[in-house]
Amino acid sequence: MIAIIDYDAGNLTSVARAVTHIGFECIVTNDINEIGKAERIIFPGVGAAGSAMESIKRLGLDKAIKEAFSSGKPILGICIGTQIIMEYSEENDTKCLGIIGGKVLTFRFDEIRKNGAGLKIPHMGWNRILLRKSHFILSNLKEDDEFYFVHGYYPAPDDPEHLIGTTEYGIPFASVIGYKNIIATQFHPEKSGSPGLAILKNFCTWKPC
Amino acid sequence: MLSKRIIPCLDVRDGKTTKGIKFKDNVDIGDPVEMARFYYEAGADEIVFYDITASSDKRDIMIDVVRRVAETIFIPFSVGGGIRTIEDMRKVLLAGAEKVSVNSAAVKNPEIISKGAEAFGNQCIVLGMDVKHVGKSEKIPSGYEIVINGGRTFMGIDALKWAIDAEKLGAGEICLNSIDADGTCEGYELNLTSLISENVGIPVIASGGAGKPEHLYDVLTRGKADAALIASMVHYGTYSISGIKSYLDKNGVKVRKSW
Repeated sequence: MIAIIDYDAGNLTSVARAVTHIGFECIVTNDINEIGKAERIIFPGVGAAGSAMESIKRLGLDKAIKEAFSSGKPILGICIGTQIIMEYSEENDTKCLGIIGGKVLTFRFDEIRKNGAGLKIPHMGWNRILLRKSHFILSNLKEDDEFYFVHGYYPAPDDPEHLIGTTEYGIPFASVIGYKNIIATQFHPEKSGSPGLAILKNFCTWKPC
Repeated sequence: MLSKRIIPCLDVRDGKTTKGIKFKDNVDIGDPVEMARFYYEAGADEIVFYDITASSDKRDIMIDVVRRVAETIFIPFSVGGGIRTIEDMRKVLLAGAEKVSVNSAAVKNPEIISKGAEAFGNQCIVLGMDVKHVGKSEKIPSGYEIVINGGRTFMGIDALKWAIDAEKLGAGEICLNSIDADGTCEGYELNLTSLISENVGIPVIASGGAGKPEHLYDVLTRGKADAALIASMVHYGTYSISGIKSYLDKNGVKVRKSW
């Protein structure tokens, strides 16, 4: 069973629908026992870092996620879920879970404009991934596959070893990060058509070593 | 680099798709869930649904359509038309849409943008704008005025000012529809589109007037649009999404080519 962590952060039904569509069982839950029992965990979300962290702490999910990570269970972060596993987010000046070292930074509008006139915030739409390191969940990735992004902030891991893939939007930023049993995407695999569903499917069978 | 998005737009009335020409003489052309699946498989980057159901007691049909679409396609889609309250937004988002679009309701009550953004995040809130060219005046300095009721009611609001205000209120995107160009198939309103797109920091979807791939090229380059809405040119099979995309790609516009 896959537990999709529910912390009042937006469109969780779309992740559940996608996982069901590819033939895996899942539950959307904020019950710590259910999360403890689950074989894998998806940590999704849209919204703002501040209110997300607030809900996570209020529901006691911070401990549950950290415990799941130390127990070696495969964990997939998506969008805000990916940002929350970092140490700190510039969004709402938020202290996050610190599973991956580094900060979550805002796209600096002026900087981005300088490098590519006319770029908008949020970074909304389809973009590519440049692999920096191979990873099982990205094993089907083709060069021209694109993924759906919608975000104004991005993770910046301290350790280059934690960088799996990057995406270009005025600057190159980390769009896939992870190590050990955690992997996290800034884009939405559940909204990225068949290349996205392939990533979800790979996650559902991934055995981290 | 971010791709320019090609977005088919489906008008839905009483649970069936229609395509209006200048908002009149709508004819039924199919089942919205099947059309959504067709466009998903054909390479659409996103899908927009407009609920043009007139009577409010039939609104729940649309929620059911949204739920079935969400189970069928795995790309983002938005729903507009008849969204008047935060509760309306919540229903549509919970049924599985990524975004909701507000138009007349936001003109009458701009707070719905800020309240919606606060409740669901800016990225969920699309401002739909229906705009008519009226010529520059003291009251309408840009020469473009906001209209509602399918173009029948002039609101005395400058379109450029409204776009900038809506961004400040928390809109995450603008879907900009030119009433003058809508249904003509003679091309998007390029001046209007570039004017709005260059003066806001959020993405702008151009709408109204698409008749051939060259029109999309124009609006995505000279018109500075981030995305282009299409309807008749694909609904009646005149063009395919992949055909449009390969035309754009050959002409140097970055589009998503693999799906």
